[in-house]
Amino acid sequence: MNMAVMHSRAQSQIEPQPGTGVPTTPMVEFQNVSKRFGAGGTGTEVVALEAVNLIVPRGSVTGIIGRSGAGKSTLIRLVNGLEKPTSGHVLVDGTDVAVLDEKNLRSVRRSIGMIFQHFNLLSSRTAFDNIALPLEIAGIDKQTIEKRVTPLLDLVGLSDKRNRYPSELSGGQKQRIGIARALATEPKLLLSDEATSALDPETTRSILALLQKINRELGLTVLLITHEMEVIKTIAHHVAVIDGGRIVEQGPTFDVFTGHKHETTQALLSGLAGMHLPEFLMSRMTDVAAPGSRVILRVVFKGENATEPMLARLGSDLGIEVNIMAGAVDEIAGRPFGMLVVSLLADGDQLKRARDFLADHGLSSEVLGYVR
Amino acid sequence: MSADIFSLLLKATGQTLYMVAVAGLIGSLFGIPLGVFLATSGRGELFPAPTANRVLGLIVNAARSTPFIILVVAIIPFTRAIAGTSIGTTAAIVPLTIATIPFIARLVETAIREVDPGLTEAARAMGASPMQIVFKVLLAEARPGIASALTLTIVSLIGYAAMVGAIGGGGLGDLGIRYGYQRFMPDVMAIVVVVLIVLVQLVQSAGDRLARQFDKRNRPK
Repeated sequence: MNMAVMHSRAQSQIEPQPGTGVPTTPMVEFQNVSKRFGAGGTGTEVVALEAVNLIVPRGSVTGIIGRSGAGKSTLIRLVNGLEKPTSGHVLVDGTDVAVLDEKNLRSVRRSIGMIFQHFNLLSSRTAFDNIALPLEIAGIDKQTIEKRVTPLLDLVGLSDKRNRYPSELSGGQKQRIGIARALATEPKLLLSDEATSALDPETTRSILALLQKINRELGLTVLLITHEMEVIKTIAHHVAVIDGGRIVEQGPTFDVFTGHKHETTQALLSGLAGMHLPEFLMSRMTDVAAPGSRVILRVVFKGENATEPMLARLGSDLGIEVNIMAGAVDEIAGRPFGMLVVSLLADGDQLKRARDFLADHGLSSEVLGYVR
Repeated sequence: MSADIFSLLLKATGQTLYMVAVAGLIGSLFGIPLGVFLATSGRGELFPAPTANRVLGLIVNAARSTPFIILVVAIIPFTRAIAGTSIGTTAAIVPLTIATIPFIARLVETAIREVDPGLTEAARAMGASPMQIVFKVLLAEARPGIASALTLTIVSLIGYAAMVGAIGGGGLGDLGIRYGYQRFMPDVMAIVVVVLIVLVQLVQSAGDRLARQFDKRNRPK
């Protein structure tokens, strides 16, 4: 890839709060955080996180994506102090939670909601009582609890399930109760630990829509971890890609996914349209041009350019024959993004002119190989 | 069956119920907290105290592996110190209670360990204190298991209470041994056995019903 895609990374460090225009501290900031398990003990030391620097902008939906075992779970648990870092600082709304004792952590945790892959609802409590639990824990009186829980049941669309037990609810309904419970203490930050991983695609979409609504309407910052591209693509404004305990890439979702420099990012993206070459092309492709061979080019369309008929103009303006081999147009973080694999009948000079032409119109291209 | 035997039977049943009730109550009072402690005091758990956990675990194992009749004899000085005597129904409550505590503790420990650790984590994430986690999460979620544990305890206590009859504790076991066995009155023995069976059956079905009522895990959708 020959594009500067990380340009807005610096901007995201201090982002104005929507509406105010005043720069604020990020909601969460990891400063050089490392976490090792088994440190000091006799067993083998396992490095879960290594020198992690990460920003979660206020009011954003920030996603952390990685394979299982990459350190995502540890990372998210550092934010509410369920895990302590071996070194480094974890700032939540300016407070370093890494140095807080249990008692002080408890009050910080009340301002952070959390939802889980397996929902973690109490089987012995009804939907209402599950949502009420964090309020009971905070020592809030019964009338106030009633006043808070009822609108939350409404918000997640389960007013009619008020007196149902979790075993009487579907997975999606359980997660909605989990979300309502996480919102009960009116937190400023919502942590989502693989919240849709146990749900089917349709339910996943409805839960993501709910999270999006909460982010927009309540202005709640959302930090989520997932191994599903779909989740990031749909709702995350910012993304960090984690692999082997390290953040290998981070920035605005569209830029990271359309730039996809790092191999881990590429691997995660492999399900995305246009990333895979069809087998018939792969098997015939060579690295060097031969007389009369066609160039295989991957053209990446981003945002506004995705809809312009650039390929047609290659033919009409430059007289280069273009043949589309594979590809699709998708949507990432609400912006169109497409990748097309095309073959051109062009010699070195024509190829250069074609690529310059594409670059002039904001499309990046990459030579994948040649076929005869 | 003569009226005499009938009144003896009534008295013996009363004594058995008295021993079971008092030993069960005091045993639960100590056994349930001990069970909670055993389940939560391991390394990295809610109240980490690995040494105390190991020591108490050993004591519980020792008490549970001592045959009950030996335990009764072995703690006679302790019984005398507590009850003022080592003979009689009230004195029998002491060894019964001592045997009940570790029994309940292990069962409660198991019931609590069966609570999904994800629930403890969720409660911690809400800012719950360890005590709140014990009362609002662990004990609440383990209720069906604890109900079953107490049922099993009472059933075992009915059996143990029959054994203390052998050392002058009174109750149904005493009646069975002295009249049914030593005086060759098989009908008395049969009645004693029937009463014990009925008692156990009643306790078991009441306990099962309670456990089912507490258990909200498998309700039809």
